[in-house]
Amino acid sequence: MASTMPNLRDPQPIRTRKKDLPFPLNIWQSAVGRKWVMAITGIGLIGFVLAHMAGNFKLYDSPAAVHEYAETLRVLGKPILPKYWALWILRFGLIAMFGLHIAAAYSTKELSRKASDGAGFISGEKSYPGGREYAAANYASRTMRWTGPIIMLYLVFHLADLTWGYLPHTDYVYGDPFGNVTRSLGNLPVAILYVIANVALAVHIFHGAWSMFQSLGVNNPKYNQARRGIAAGLAGVILVGNLSFPILTQAGVIDADDNPCREFVDSDANTECFEDILAKEGK
Amino acid sequence: MTATMDTPNKATSSALNSKVPEGDIATMWENHKFSMKLVNPNNKRKFTIIVVGTGLAGSSAAATLGELGYNVKAFTFHDSPRRAHSIAAQGGINAAKNYQNDGDSVHRLFYDTVKGGDYRSREANVHRLAEVSVNIIDQCAAQGVPFARDYGGLLDNRSFGGAQVSRTFYARGQTGQQLLLGAYSALNRQIQLGNVEMHNRKEMLDLVKKDGETCGIVVRDLLTGEVESHSAHAVVLATGGYGNVYYLSTNAMMCNVTAAWRAHRRGAFFANPCYTQIHPTCIPASEDHQSKLTLMSESLRNDGRIWVPTEFDDDRQAGDIPEGERDYYLERKYPAFGNLVPRDVASRNAKTVVDEGRGVGPLKNGVYLDFADAIARDGRATIEAKYGNLFDMYANITGEDPYKTPMRIYPATHYTMGGLWVDYHLMTTVPGTYAIGEANFSDHGANRLGASALMQGLADGYFVLPYTIGDYLADKLGDDVVSTDDPVFKTAEAEIADQTKMWLSLNGTKSPEHYHRELGKVVVDRIGMARDKVGLEKAIDEITSIEEEFKANVRVKGDATSMNTELEKVFRVADFFELAKVKARDALVREESCGGHFRVESQTEEGEALRDDENFSHVAAWEWHDADTVQTRHEEQLEFNNVKLSQRSYK
Amino acid sequence: MSEQTINLTLEVWRQNGPGDGGRFETYEAKDISVDASFLEMLDLVNERLIEEDKTPVTFESDCREGICGTCSLMINGQAHGPNKGQATCQLHMRTFSDGDHITVEPWRAASFPVIKDLAVSRAAFDKIQQAGGYITVSTGSAPDANLIPVPKEAADMAMDAAACIGCGACVAACPNSAAQLFTSAKIQQFNLLPQGQAERWKRTEAMVDTMEEYFGTCTNHGECYEACPKEISLDFIAFLNRDYVKAKIKNRKLAGQKS
Repeated sequence: MASTMPNLRDPQPIRTRKKDLPFPLNIWQSAVGRKWVMAITGIGLIGFVLAHMAGNFKLYDSPAAVHEYAETLRVLGKPILPKYWALWILRFGLIAMFGLHIAAAYSTKELSRKASDGAGFISGEKSYPGGREYAAANYASRTMRWTGPIIMLYLVFHLADLTWGYLPHTDYVYGDPFGNVTRSLGNLPVAILYVIANVALAVHIFHGAWSMFQSLGVNNPKYNQARRGIAAGLAGVILVGNLSFPILTQAGVIDADDNPCREFVDSDANTECFEDILAKEGK
Repeated sequence: MTATMDTPNKATSSALNSKVPEGDIATMWENHKFSMKLVNPNNKRKFTIIVVGTGLAGSSAAATLGELGYNVKAFTFHDSPRRAHSIAAQGGINAAKNYQNDGDSVHRLFYDTVKGGDYRSREANVHRLAEVSVNIIDQCAAQGVPFARDYGGLLDNRSFGGAQVSRTFYARGQTGQQLLLGAYSALNRQIQLGNVEMHNRKEMLDLVKKDGETCGIVVRDLLTGEVESHSAHAVVLATGGYGNVYYLSTNAMMCNVTAAWRAHRRGAFFANPCYTQIHPTCIPASEDHQSKLTLMSESLRNDGRIWVPTEFDDDRQAGDIPEGERDYYLERKYPAFGNLVPRDVASRNAKTVVDEGRGVGPLKNGVYLDFADAIARDGRATIEAKYGNLFDMYANITGEDPYKTPMRIYPATHYTMGGLWVDYHLMTTVPGTYAIGEANFSDHGANRLGASALMQGLADGYFVLPYTIGDYLADKLGDDVVSTDDPVFKTAEAEIADQTKMWLSLNGTKSPEHYHRELGKVVVDRIGMARDKVGLEKAIDEITSIEEEFKANVRVKGDATSMNTELEKVFRVADFFELAKVKARDALVREESCGGHFRVESQTEEGEALRDDENFSHVAAWEWHDADTVQTRHEEQLEFNNVKLSQRSYK
Repeated sequence: MSEQTINLTLEVWRQNGPGDGGRFETYEAKDISVDASFLEMLDLVNERLIEEDKTPVTFESDCREGICGTCSLMINGQAHGPNKGQATCQLHMRTFSDGDHITVEPWRAASFPVIKDLAVSRAAFDKIQQAGGYITVSTGSAPDANLIPVPKEAADMAMDAAACIGCGACVAACPNSAAQLFTSAKIQQFNLLPQGQAERWKRTEAMVDTMEEYFGTCTNHGECYEACPKEISLDFIAFLNRDYVKAKIKNRKLAGQKS
C-alpha cells in the first residue's frame, strides 16, 4: 500500500498534539478550550452589542443626550483615569475579544475541515456526494462561518463610517453622533447595509448564544429547556432594537432636521453648541 | 457412505480426565487454588498467551492475564472487541449475593444450576461458578458498570427465568452490553499499558500443535487477506457458541463455530453438540429472506397469555376468533405453572401446535401472546410501563400494534450448551489449549438457566482461567515459543492458502448464504425442538448431500487480497456443515430426553421429557479423525454427590 | 402484517479500497417484502448480484438488533436512515414506498477511511477509549459491590451515557466530523459514578486530547443527536466541555494525580 493510503487499523492522527503549555495557555491548545474561549468572548461581544444598542436608544431621547452619552464614554473613569483612557482600555478589550473569537473560529474550522478530508466539500462544508438531509442543524448553525465575516466586514465599514469618518456620505462631524448617524442612515443603501448586517448578527447570535451554553457546559436539566428560548429572545431583542434605527431613520421618525446643532460642521463649534444646550437644560 | 461410517465408534472414558480435585465440593476450589503450581510474577512476562475472541469471556480473560503480567495477544474478527455478541444479552447476570435476604446462597445457586441443567453438568465446575459469581458483581461494579440501583443507592435485583430467589443483577435491558463494555474497558487499559497486543479483524482459521502441545494459531487478516501465524505458550478460545448452525437464530450474523471447530479438527474433543437452548419468546420469521430472529424478554410471559385457534388452518384475524375457539394450551396442560413453564417446555409445545397446523400469522409459524386480559385488568399504562420498550420493538419489527392485536411469537435458537470439552482447569484435550465461555461445554449441562450465560463467561475469564493456566505454564518456564517459521506453521498456512484458492476457483452458481440457509432448514426441522431416530438419520443424509452440492457449486465472488465477506462466510459455512453432522449423531446416540434435547421416543405418558440416568448420565465428547471418518464418541461419567437427581414436573 | 412487496432503485456507493476514488452504481431492487429490514434487502440484492456473477456490495453488520453498532450506512443523506432512534439494521422497508430512489453511502470522515464499498474503519474510536475509557481496578481487587452506594439518579444517567453503541453515526452526521457525542458519552459514563472520580480529570483530558487528534470540532449543530440510534443526549457534550476546562485547572492542583 502506498504511504498516502489510510491505515485501517492504526489511523493516522489528523493533528498532532504539542507539548502542554503552562496554564492557562494549555486551554487554548485544545479545540474544546478554543470553543470555551469563543463562548467567553462571545458573551463579552453580546454584552457589547447590547450596551451599544442601549446607547443608541439615546437617539430617541434627544440629539443633545446622544452627545452627552458619547462624552460620558470618553471621560469614563474620571477622575482616576485621564480622558479616553478607560474608553481605550475597553476598546482594546473588545479588539482582543474579536481577535480571539475569530482566531478560535478559524482554527477550529480548519481542524474540522481536516477531519472531514476525503468526504468531499461543498462550499467549505463536508458533503455527501449522494446528498445530505439535515435533521437538526438549522440555517443559523450552518451559516456561522458566513454571518461571522459579514458582521466583521460590516464592522469595518461601520467604524469607517461613524468612528473614523472616512466616508463622504456622512459629512462626518466629530462630537455629533446624532448628526452622523442620521446623515448616514438617511442614505438608503447604507440603511439597507445596516439591516443586512444586523440580520446576520441576529442569526449569528441565535446559534451562538445557544452554542455558548453548550461550550461552557452550562447544563442543568431544570433550565436546559430555557436555553433555546434565551438564545432566541436575545437574538430577537437585538434584531428589533438594532433594526429600529435604520428603519425609523428612513421613516423620518429619527430626523436629521431635529438636530439643533446641524449648522455647525466644525467639531469644536458643534461641541460648543451641544454644551450650551446641555447647560440650558441644567446639566 | 458405508454403514460403519454412520455408526460412531465407541470408546471408554479413559481418554477424558476431568481432573476434578478430591474433597468436599464446598472447599474444593479454595484448596485447589493453593495446590496449583504458580508462575512467579517476574516470570509471567516470559510467557505469551493467545486469546481468541473478545466477548465477555475473552475480554475479561485477556485483561486479567495482562494485569497478571503475561504477554497477551488478543484476536477478534470484529473491528473492535466491543462488538462481540455478548453485547446483545438483555436480561441480567446471576450472583449468589443474597442482597435481598431471600435465602439465596452459593449452594442454592449451585443446586439450581445443576437441576436447571437437567443433571447433565459437572458438579465441581458448577459449584466453582456459583462461588465466584459474587466476585463478578464486585468487579463489575468497581469498573463502573451502571447496574440498576434502588433509591438508597444499593444494587437492585430481580427474579429471572423462574428462579425462586431474586439474584439477578441488571442494567436496564442491556446487561450484556454493559458487562462487555466493562470487560472491554479493562482490556483497553491493558492495551494502553502495552500488556495486551490487540489484533482486530483477524479470524482464527487453525490451531497449531508441535509435539502434541499447543504452539500457536493461524489467522487470516480480514482486511488484506494475508494468512499469518502467531505463536504462544498457550491458546485460549473464547469464540462463542454454534447457534448459527440453525441459520435463523438470535445469534449475530457473524457468530460461527470456526475457531472451535478448527481446534476440534486438531484434537480438541467436542462435547454434547446436541444440546441447544431454544428460547420461546422470539418474533417469528416474516419472510423467506429473513436473516435472523429477534428475542424478546421472557418476562412477557408473566402477563401475556399464549394461545392458538382450536381450528386447524384458521385464517381469521385474532380478534375475530371467539373465546370458545381459542386454545390456551399451556394453561390447559400445565395448570400450576401455566404460561410460566420452563423455556424448553414452552418451546416444544409451541412447535407441537404449529406442526398440527394451528399456527398463526401469514406464514402460520407462530402462536399468540395475548395481552388483552392484562390490559383490561391493569390498564394500558401499567402494561406500557412494564413492557413499553419491548412492545415498541415488536411494533417496529412486525409493523403491528401489540396493544391492539396479540403478539405472535415462536421459539428460536438462542444458546448452545455444548462446546469444546474441557477439564476442571478449562483445558481442552489439546494440552495448552483452553476453552472458556459459551465455547466450552462445562457448566450448563443440557439446559442453561436465564441470566447464567453472562455469569459463566465472566467467571471463566476473570476468576478461573487466570489461575488454572498458571498450572500448565509453570512447567514450561524457560521454553521459547515455537518460531512461526517452523514447518508446523508453514504447513498450516499453506493449507489455508489452498482452501482459499479452492473456494475462489469453484465459481458455482449459489452464494454461501444460500447453502447456509438450506443447511439451517434441515437442522431446525430435524435437530430442533423435538428429535427422533428416523429424522436424525435422515438429517445426516440430507446434510451430507447439501454439503456435497455446496462444495461443488458454491460461488465466492471477490478476491483474497482485500476485505471479502463472502470468503469469510464460506469458511464458516463449511465448518457448520461438519458440525451439523456430529450434532445429529450426538442427538441420535443420546436416546433420552434432557433439557434442550428432546427425543420423541423418550417421554413420559404426559409428553414430558424423560431422562435415562442409568445409560446417559454422562458427557459425550467427540474425537475427530479426518473428514472421511466418523468421529469417536467418548464418555465422561457424571457423578452427583451433592444434589439428588429428580424428574422435573410442572403439572 | 401484510405480504406486500415494493420495487426500489438503489444508488449504492462502490469503492474497491481505501485508495480508490469510488462511484455510485445503480441497482434495481425488485419484489422487496415490506417486512424485510434494510440490510435484508441488501442481502437479497447481493444474492441476486452473485447469481448474475457480479461482485456483491460489501457492508458490515452483525447483531441486527441495534446493539452491537457494527452496521452503518448513510441512507438518503441521513445516518442510519430516516427514523429517529434506530440503527440501520432496525430500519424496515415499510418505511419506504414503491418506486423510491434510495442512495446508500458509507460514513464519511478522515478518520473513518473506507475499507471497501460501504464498510469503513472506526479504529479511531478504540484509540479514544484506550486513552482513558476505564476505571483502574485490577481483577480481584474490588471491594464489595454494595460498599459504595451510587445515587439512583447518577446510576441512571451513567446508564443513559453507557447506552452508546459506538456506531459512529454521530461523526458521520456531523458537518464537522466531530466525535463529541461519542466521546462525551464514554467519558461521562465514568465521570458520573463515584467509582470514576479518582481518575476523572486525567481521564477527561486524555480522552478529549485523543479525540482531537482524529476528529473535528463540535459547533453544536445537534445533528449527532438526531442521528444517534440510542438518542444519547447533547447534555453529555456540555458535561464534557465543562469537565475538560475544569480538568485543566484540577490537574494542575492535583499534580500528584498526574501520570
